[in-house]
Amino acid sequence: MPRRVEHSSQAPATKKAPPADLDLSPVAAVVAEIDPKSSLITVLQRVQEHFGYLPEAVVDEIARLSGVPSSRIYGIVTFYAQFSTEPSGKHKVFVCHGTACHVAGATRVTQALEQELAVEDGGTTPDMSFTLGSVACMGACSQAPVMRVDADTYGNLTAEKTRSLIREILGSLGLTAEQLAQSAQAAAGGDHA
Amino acid sequence: MPEAKRAAPAAGVRVEVAASADGRRRVNICAGTACVFAGSMKVYEAFEHELAAAGLQDEVELSIIGCHGLCSQGPLAVVAGEETYYPRLKPKDAARIVSEHLLGGAAVDDLLYVDPANGERVRCWHDIPFYRQQTRIALRDVGAINPERIEEYLARGGYEAARTTLTEKTPEWVVEEMLASGLRGRGGAGFPTGMKWKFAAASPGPVKYLICNGDEGDPGAFMDASIMDGDPHSVIEGMIIGSYAIGAHDGYVYVRAEYPLAVKRLKIAIAAAEERGFLGDDLFGSGWAFHLKIKEGAGAFVCGEETALIASIEGKRGMPRTRPPFPAVSGLWGKPTNINNVETWSNIPWIIANGAEKYRALGCETSRGTKAFSLAGRIVNGGLAEIPMGSTLRHVIFDVGGGIKEGREFKAVQLGGPSGGCLPADLLDTPVDYESLAATGAIVGSGGMVVADDQTCMVDLARYFLQFTQNESCGKCVPCRLGTKRMLEILERITCGEGEPGDIEKLQKLALAVKRTSLCGLGQTAPNPVLTTIRYFRAEYEAHINEKRCPALACKSLIAYTIDADKCTGCTLCAKRCPVAAVSGEKKTPHYIDAALCIACDSCRSACRFDAVEVVSGAEAAALKGTVRA
Repeated sequence: MPRRVEHSSQAPATKKAPPADLDLSPVAAVVAEIDPKSSLITVLQRVQEHFGYLPEAVVDEIARLSGVPSSRIYGIVTFYAQFSTEPSGKHKVFVCHGTACHVAGATRVTQALEQELAVEDGGTTPDMSFTLGSVACMGACSQAPVMRVDADTYGNLTAEKTRSLIREILGSLGLTAEQLAQSAQAAAGGDHA
Repeated sequence: MPEAKRAAPAAGVRVEVAASADGRRRVNICAGTACVFAGSMKVYEAFEHELAAAGLQDEVELSIIGCHGLCSQGPLAVVAGEETYYPRLKPKDAARIVSEHLLGGAAVDDLLYVDPANGERVRCWHDIPFYRQQTRIALRDVGAINPERIEEYLARGGYEAARTTLTEKTPEWVVEEMLASGLRGRGGAGFPTGMKWKFAAASPGPVKYLICNGDEGDPGAFMDASIMDGDPHSVIEGMIIGSYAIGAHDGYVYVRAEYPLAVKRLKIAIAAAEERGFLGDDLFGSGWAFHLKIKEGAGAFVCGEETALIASIEGKRGMPRTRPPFPAVSGLWGKPTNINNVETWSNIPWIIANGAEKYRALGCETSRGTKAFSLAGRIVNGGLAEIPMGSTLRHVIFDVGGGIKEGREFKAVQLGGPSGGCLPADLLDTPVDYESLAATGAIVGSGGMVVADDQTCMVDLARYFLQFTQNESCGKCVPCRLGTKRMLEILERITCGEGEPGDIEKLQKLALAVKRTSLCGLGQTAPNPVLTTIRYFRAEYEAHINEKRCPALACKSLIAYTIDADKCTGCTLCAKRCPVAAVSGEKKTPHYIDAALCIACDSCRSACRFDAVEVVSGAEAAALKGTVRA
């Protein structure tokens, strides 16, 4: 199956109940500072910085405070790749799929990570520990293929090197690939039940 | 290089360490994106530690610099003044450079650059062929100054061009100078900058806007990022001059979401310029007002198109609209607006300071001046290079770029990213100018140059680009939204071994329709990678379709891994490395790969020390995949 270069258009999670204890007060602070009518993207960037993603309750709060219809806000949220309506994992792994990285075997890097983390590209592990994603180009072409794990960057990867790196990282977090695989299996089983 | 070429003392000879601007000695550490990926910040910390340990922390200034250019040699350090160049550093090397070079006074010979052509050590970076062949105008300060200190930009004559323009020249003079320089937009389309400014200047009204397009979205291109995070003041100064020429008092720098470093450095630079009165209500005491703000993109390739970019600044979905009216007449918030790309802006102060004639003297008849390229892919000298327009592709790839990695064969060069094309070896003597490249079906584009060798499948490369453009299509117009989708489906079938006779013709027909009828540049150019690969590498398409064979052995569905029993020693390494237990065999006996389990991750082949793992395609692969060992 072809791999998505960038997961830019998730459907808004309209059916999901917002976390009950979500404190919406930071939304008001941002809206008071920046006018959503003229700078909606900046408002959403700031709000997402705070919450990590844009849950329905947050979007509704922006709409309520500013009078901008939530349909328009969702129009923006689903158009730009930066915004997400789903929470992401505690750690983020991004593989560069720019041209140079593609030519140098980025697909193999993603494949190795999908296996080790037991999650598909663009997805989050059921235990919410990792999100695996792709970006179009990080601009580090001469180190291709490259990936970023949170703030740390790694270059000149092979499938083999990627595996040992991610196992090392998992180890430092007290996790193992086997644990992730088991939790993925359990989650898949739970869905079927 | 603009500086005169200087003779370097032989490596190892005692050299005088020159002083930095404030009288101290100085070590520059490249903090360009690629060097950071390669670990330059750890090298920086090691230097910090070693300098302190040697008691030199006050005597030697340690500084970061923007992209120095030769990214494939990163992480790298430069001892400023004498310009001694230390490539591929590890943190542990810092101790030796501090003790032997900074204290001992002699360059550390075995850490110097080795010229692959003759195996000789080169001490000074000016003398490395990659740098020697360049003419740096847009990149004049990138890699030479600390981008976070305005003083260093000023020390190299920064803001003098803007000051002179605003205090001594008329706006008409600036426009004429731009027209005379022959500078054309460096974002890709190559529209004459002076002409654009003339239109915007002629637009009536007291409110006009100026925009810097920093939405560098082409995968494999990083020139604009390097300028924004390596020399942000050159962009700001260019925009000040432009604001005066067209009569705009407000400007925006629109920066791609994925460039946090560029945003950070631009913020610092704008604040420093405001503090000194280079931005604000009264620039250089001339009475001219110009305010500059940063707008961060949110991740949409189409926003590189000017009308989409404007919509995005206005807080809307970044969708293009039909032109006319052009932004020069009705742009941001409906007002006359002038948009230029980062590299275009950074050229402006140099042109004003050195004169249009001097710029015009560089390059060729239709394309004046220089162009920055990011060299990437299977090329020896991966990095950032600025060369006069009109140089041949061969010169750029082989003389500047150092040829192909691992001595492999050149197959194609991809120019201009998803809007560009792939050119084969027999077009290597094509000059790099707007018209000559357009005639081949490729474009100069923003300046991404990705080199492919014999291991790169051209059909897969076309599929890769189309997947990108299809994914980034905003969906507003039908030809782009559906046309690219249908084309992608055909390409996916071909690379999966399900291609049919007639697919090539179908692709060509669709491609032309998408090109002719799409609303904006994204759709109008999206078919270029497909059309050029069909034009120059048709045999590869035919092998995929007719023989189910991938000549480059890259398309996973069409290849199979197998072990040569004569070469295999039974060392078991491949079996250990295989993540899916597809390799079996007893110790010291030839191993076997179960093609049904194999995921083609290449781990076994890269692990094998006896060259026993082979990749096959076509009938051979089909036979392997169809057989299960009894």
